[in-house]
Amino acid sequence: MNSQSEDDPAIDVRGLNKHFGDKHVVNDLSLRANRGEILGFLGPNGSGKTTSIRMMCGLLTPDSGSGICLGYDIRRESEQIKRRVGYMTQRFSFWEDLTIRENLDFVARMYKMASRREAVDQVLEGLNLTARSTQLAGSLSGGWKQRLALAACMLHKPELLLLDEPTAGVDPKARREFWEELYALAARGISILVSTHYMDEAERCHKLAYIAYGKLMARGTAQEIIDSQGLTTWAVTGRDLPAIAAKLRGEPGVEQIAAFGSALHVTSRDATALDAALRHAMIGTSWHIEPAQTGLEDVFIHLMNTSSDNYGAR
Amino acid sequence: MDHFSFSRWWAIVLKEFLQLKRDRVTFAMIVGLPIIQLLLFGYAINSDPKHLPTAVVISEQSEFTRSYLAAMKMSGYFEFVAELPNEQAARAALAQGKVQFVVNFPTDFTRKLLRGERPALLIEVDATDPMAASAAIASVRELTASVAKKDFKGVLASLGSGAPPFDVRVHKLYNPEGLTQHNIVPGLMGVILTMTMVMMTGLAITRERERGTMENLLSMPGKPIEVITGKIVPYVFIGLIQITIILLAARYLFEVPFVGSVAVLYVVALFFIAANLMVGITLSSIAKNQLQAVQLTIFYFMPSILISGFMFPFQGMPQWAQAIGSMIPATYFMRAVRGILLKGNSWVELWPSIWPMLMFMVVVMTFAVITYRKTLD
Repeated sequence: MNSQSEDDPAIDVRGLNKHFGDKHVVNDLSLRANRGEILGFLGPNGSGKTTSIRMMCGLLTPDSGSGICLGYDIRRESEQIKRRVGYMTQRFSFWEDLTIRENLDFVARMYKMASRREAVDQVLEGLNLTARSTQLAGSLSGGWKQRLALAACMLHKPELLLLDEPTAGVDPKARREFWEELYALAARGISILVSTHYMDEAERCHKLAYIAYGKLMARGTAQEIIDSQGLTTWAVTGRDLPAIAAKLRGEPGVEQIAAFGSALHVTSRDATALDAALRHAMIGTSWHIEPAQTGLEDVFIHLMNTSSDNYGAR
Repeated sequence: MDHFSFSRWWAIVLKEFLQLKRDRVTFAMIVGLPIIQLLLFGYAINSDPKHLPTAVVISEQSEFTRSYLAAMKMSGYFEFVAELPNEQAARAALAQGKVQFVVNFPTDFTRKLLRGERPALLIEVDATDPMAASAAIASVRELTASVAKKDFKGVLASLGSGAPPFDVRVHKLYNPEGLTQHNIVPGLMGVILTMTMVMMTGLAITRERERGTMENLLSMPGKPIEVITGKIVPYVFIGLIQITIILLAARYLFEVPFVGSVAVLYVVALFFIAANLMVGITLSSIAKNQLQAVQLTIFYFMPSILISGFMFPFQGMPQWAQAIGSMIPATYFMRAVRGILLKGNSWVELWPSIWPMLMFMVVVMTFAVITYRKTLD
């Protein structure tokens, strides 16, 4: 990143807090996203991702904290931010009882676009939907709805895209195409914040931020996040994997066991203790162990387990 | 073969109860609606209204006039609220709906009576609502006979025997034939507008919230005032279409007289539509979903039919019911529509019905703007 974009971040929020009733949904969140960068926003369900995104684009007012988005204050200048941000909601939120063209036309009018008709035609062409422009949006399949939603929130040429789980429930081919489009947008200098649960998508982001229970747990590139946690992972293979897992669970040094296909990933912060535990458990068995690369998913599950659940038992 | 399973059936029963328990508005309807209906029908509504506001135009006090008025009061139907200087003032009070009856003793009434000239006593009635006036009018006839018998004794006994020594002329104004539809059809305008305006705006906004499109709308650069007013304009037109339909039916099917100005009626209707749309917006910010919006509309709608003077005479209700009725814009709108169509009211006479509607609108609008969630929190 050049120094200019370091000085002029797309998003820079500090100490954001939001409560809903007695739930502390977003806890002291500070986050920075550079321009032209795809920032992956990750975290378990209910961790405050959507609430954070809504605060960044001025839909929700934070209880405390401050921040700027595209150079505008998120508390006082939400009107300016709304004009320059494209927000794609988690759930399809265009009007199902309007046609594709009517939806796009409405959006274009709301943003007071000068050459409305051309812009709408262009988008329809780009989506290959010109022939179906009179079809009701509600009759589109999941993948097409998502493409329509992206096109609609790109219509006013925003500088920043906030995408809230845009690919949930979309098939792999459509997801791949969607990401190609995101790369093309980022290459044109558009900043993107995208929340997701898919690891392959997380790995595609330039930077990642991981939040759990409203708190920012880690940030950086995928590799930086993996390195920062200092985890050691072994892959264990053998005949009766559930039995192996049961035996290892609770052994000193074993923090996390997860099945990956035909192997078990056993992860720990303490390499020596894990080594000892595995060697001890293996005595008299036909298991096979080998060192494995700690993946993002291992790190995220580790982060999730170690973060305190401030909602109490759920 | 799988037979009827009691435990499966019970699972469904339990689930329904649990869901019912969580749905507070439905629960409030189950308990609240019967209570409200019982109270209104049991205590407020009276199809034999008494204590109707009556004014007197009298130029001279005599034992006879006092006795006659006392007898009227004794009947329970008349409540004397004003003494007016002349016939003109009497007509104005009737036109404004301040009084339902005016008892007018012409000058020299007593002297002519004593001379045996059979003078006429005039009772003018606002007969807009035939139900409100009929029982009271019937009581006048009885009362006249009994006063005559009681008062004319001794030297005056000759006056008391036979036919009463004076005439009572009952003059029914505004709806002389006492046709119910002349009263109901204009009132229906208020009922129909209340129902559709409140419910449709309530639904229009909760629908956006229920389908998740509200979030999208709010993330675009629209101002709340643009969103709210933009959403209600189509319903203003729908309201005007409804008024037109009712007016056409009133004119050509029910032959309701159009004494006043239709243009004035449309303007007054716009105020009323605006007030109802504000109620709809307020309800929609309370309601969580479309079903609740409909339920809340029914809550609002009920007093608008029952204690607004639409179905039952307003003046016949007890004070507390009149006080509640006076907080509902439908009460004023129906008075205004009947005033325009049947009485030919102009702005001066309509003003007492217009300002409460405007005030209601301002109060509710303030509430609506405060509660409208520009942001999602």
